[in-house]
Amino acid sequence: MSEEQAVQPPLVLVVDDVAHGREIFAEYLEFRGFRVATAADGLEALDKAFELLPDVILMDLSLPQLDGWEATRRLKADERTGAIPIIALTAHALASAHEKAMAAGCDSVVTKPCIPKDLEAEVRRQLAARPERP
Amino acid sequence: MARVAPFTATPQVRGGVGSRARLALVDALLAEQEVRPCAVLTLRWLVRHAGIERGLCAVVENETARLVGLTGLGLSLAVVDAFGLDLNDRMHPLIVALAASEPVAFSGAASAPGTPGSTPGSGIPTPAHGMRQPVDTPLGAEPFHAVPLAGPGESGDITPGLLLLTGMDATVEEDVRWAAEVLGTRLQSLWFRRSQVDERRYKREQSWFFGIINAVTDPILLTDSEGKILVANASAEMLLTADDQKSEGRRRAVALNNMLFSASTFTSSSGGGPTRHELLLVDPTEGQDLLFEVMSTPVKIRAGESGTVSVLRNVTDLRRATDEIEEQYRKLRIAEAETRAERDRLDLILNSALDPILVTDPSGNIVLMNPPAERMFTVSQDARSAEAERRVRANDAVFTSFVSGLYASQRLRWRGELSLLDPRSGATVPVEAISGKVLSKHGEDTAVVTILHDLTEAVEKQQLYEQVKRHSEELREKVREATAELAEQNELLRRQAFQLEQASAAKSQFLANVSHELRTPLNAIIGYTHLLLEGVSGELNRAQNEKLGRLEANARHLLSVINDLLDLARIESGKMPVQLEKVILQELIDEVMTEVEPLIDGTKLSVARHISPEVPEILTDRQKVKQIVLNLLSNALKFTPQGSVSIRLDYEPEKEWISIAVADTGIGISEENQKTIFEAFQQADSSYARRQGGTGLGLTICRRMASILDGQITLISKLGEGSTFTLVLPRQQRAS
Repeated sequence: MSEEQAVQPPLVLVVDDVAHGREIFAEYLEFRGFRVATAADGLEALDKAFELLPDVILMDLSLPQLDGWEATRRLKADERTGAIPIIALTAHALASAHEKAMAAGCDSVVTKPCIPKDLEAEVRRQLAARPERP
Repeated sequence: MARVAPFTATPQVRGGVGSRARLALVDALLAEQEVRPCAVLTLRWLVRHAGIERGLCAVVENETARLVGLTGLGLSLAVVDAFGLDLNDRMHPLIVALAASEPVAFSGAASAPGTPGSTPGSGIPTPAHGMRQPVDTPLGAEPFHAVPLAGPGESGDITPGLLLLTGMDATVEEDVRWAAEVLGTRLQSLWFRRSQVDERRYKREQSWFFGIINAVTDPILLTDSEGKILVANASAEMLLTADDQKSEGRRRAVALNNMLFSASTFTSSSGGGPTRHELLLVDPTEGQDLLFEVMSTPVKIRAGESGTVSVLRNVTDLRRATDEIEEQYRKLRIAEAETRAERDRLDLILNSALDPILVTDPSGNIVLMNPPAERMFTVSQDARSAEAERRVRANDAVFTSFVSGLYASQRLRWRGELSLLDPRSGATVPVEAISGKVLSKHGEDTAVVTILHDLTEAVEKQQLYEQVKRHSEELREKVREATAELAEQNELLRRQAFQLEQASAAKSQFLANVSHELRTPLNAIIGYTHLLLEGVSGELNRAQNEKLGRLEANARHLLSVINDLLDLARIESGKMPVQLEKVILQELIDEVMTEVEPLIDGTKLSVARHISPEVPEILTDRQKVKQIVLNLLSNALKFTPQGSVSIRLDYEPEKEWISIAVADTGIGISEENQKTIFEAFQQADSSYARRQGGTGLGLTICRRMASILDGQITLISKLGEGSTFTLVLPRQQRAS
């Protein structure tokens, strides 16, 4: 780890089309010391991800423009963003939705509603598990 | 035979016999009618009056052409009979002497051959030789004289015989010659007369003979040993002789007959006694064949020669008649055999028919029955009883009445239904009777044949058939109804299935939507509450903190309820997939214990684990087992204010069952509540449960999930003392 990176807290890209969804997780994670960027649809998520190269992406699946599954596939397919952990956030409680998310390339799935503290725990777990950057 | 002693004549009468003596001889000879006594008288006379010692009289036998001995004096009869000379032996001295006119002297056979006897001195011509020759005669070796019987001069005929005399001298020659002449004349006279008598008798007898044999219609023949016909009667002549006047055909037929007859006679005459054989000849007149039975009897026809008498019996007609009879008999036998075969066939047919068959004569009497008919119209020996006899009589009356109806009518056939009685059982036997008349060539009724057909079976069969038909109809109707119903139900089911499918899809979609739409706002509630409680928006006072805490708890409860409802809905709609994998239950229980640790920490309960080391790896859905165990353990902890909770893992090898029992010393469940505890939203103590955060769906979901895993959950509990929930699972769940 470099000196710069040591002082820079991890950047989390929160993607959700519902405003209060973005606000709750973004506000809580910033409160907890993370840097947070947000996107309201799939295309914006791709733009922000390529532009900012966040450390973790929280990806809602039901999104306008481009849905979360497709956005995840594209991010995982790109070498710039392929290594970024993506945590799917979904209000779909059915097992099929989870499987579909994992198939698209998500590293884990968190079902909404979820307690922000539990989400933070999952973010930290993914950050710890991600491979060392070269 | 003894030799007769020589007659000795008295000397005084020798030489010159008196006229009285000569007259006496003549008288005696005339008085005698037979030849031999005449010769004897003469020889005796010569002994007495001429001094002759012994003498032999030999006479000519014309039939045999021999000179044979007739009688002798002083000689045995046998010697006389044995004497005989062939007249054809003309050189014999005695034959020569026979033709001489005077006595010839012979010297005797053996004593003085060549020595001349006392030859009379007269000029007797002497034959060239033989005069002195010795000659064998019955007189032996003594010299003798041969004196011819008849005097000379009579047409040159040979004399009728000779007298051979011994002891004759010249003095008596005159008397001897006279006596010989008288005897010769007398013999010739006798012979002549006899031959005339014989001739007449012969002719008469021959006429009788032919009269007799010609009167016999059977041909009769006498043949000699060479087959030459000696005698034939008229019938035989008709067959075997033909003169030139007859036709050519007849001559040829006769010639053929002669040939056939000779051949048959020749072959059959070999034996000694009478023989019998058949002979086929041709009728010379009519030309047709005639068959004869020939009786051949050998007969002597003359000395040393035998012939055959054949009597032919015409058996042509007899044979024809015999053949005809045999032919008729043969035909009769064939006809009889055919009739018998026909009869046998008929019997076979009758006896093999199962229906009773009866034949009645025009008087109505039963003349023929087959065995089935006998069963109805006769009383069998083994079942003889008054009852049976009465029934048979009744049957007979019914039957006779029926048949008489046919005889009375002009019809050839007659049909009716009769009611008979079974002679054994007395049961009424309905029969159909069909009768047919058998007519003779002349159209007269000769018999009636009746066939009875038992209708009992037919009636029963008909009834049975009707019954079966009815059942069949009913069945068909039922099948038709059932088929229609089934089709209707199928259609309904198909529609329902379609609707259900649609409903199910809609329900799943609805659930997903509801879930999603509930979760999104709930996420906001829980999220914001959490932000506030975490102090993201600044510090809260105590009352705010407390109220936000209750808000969060209720939001979490609501989330639990939503999750459980979703699970239940998925189970009930069959959308809960089972993922089988190998599970080590010991590890699974460790995980569960870890997860409930926060709960345990909040209590003062002691929690014990009893894990049997024999429990094997099992095949099941890990996630669901974990959810069930977690739920049971959570409940135990929630509903046990004090005491202990234990979890026990066991294995039953015989049944290959795994059991996980969760026991507590909690509030327990009443018997009444035990019945409904697994139903949705049934909590034993609602108020208490709500305080503990239960949704009222946990046990329902557990039991449904256990069922999905081929297992079950049982409960043993007593109010106020505690409960034991046991999950039983198969070691190997079958893949669904």
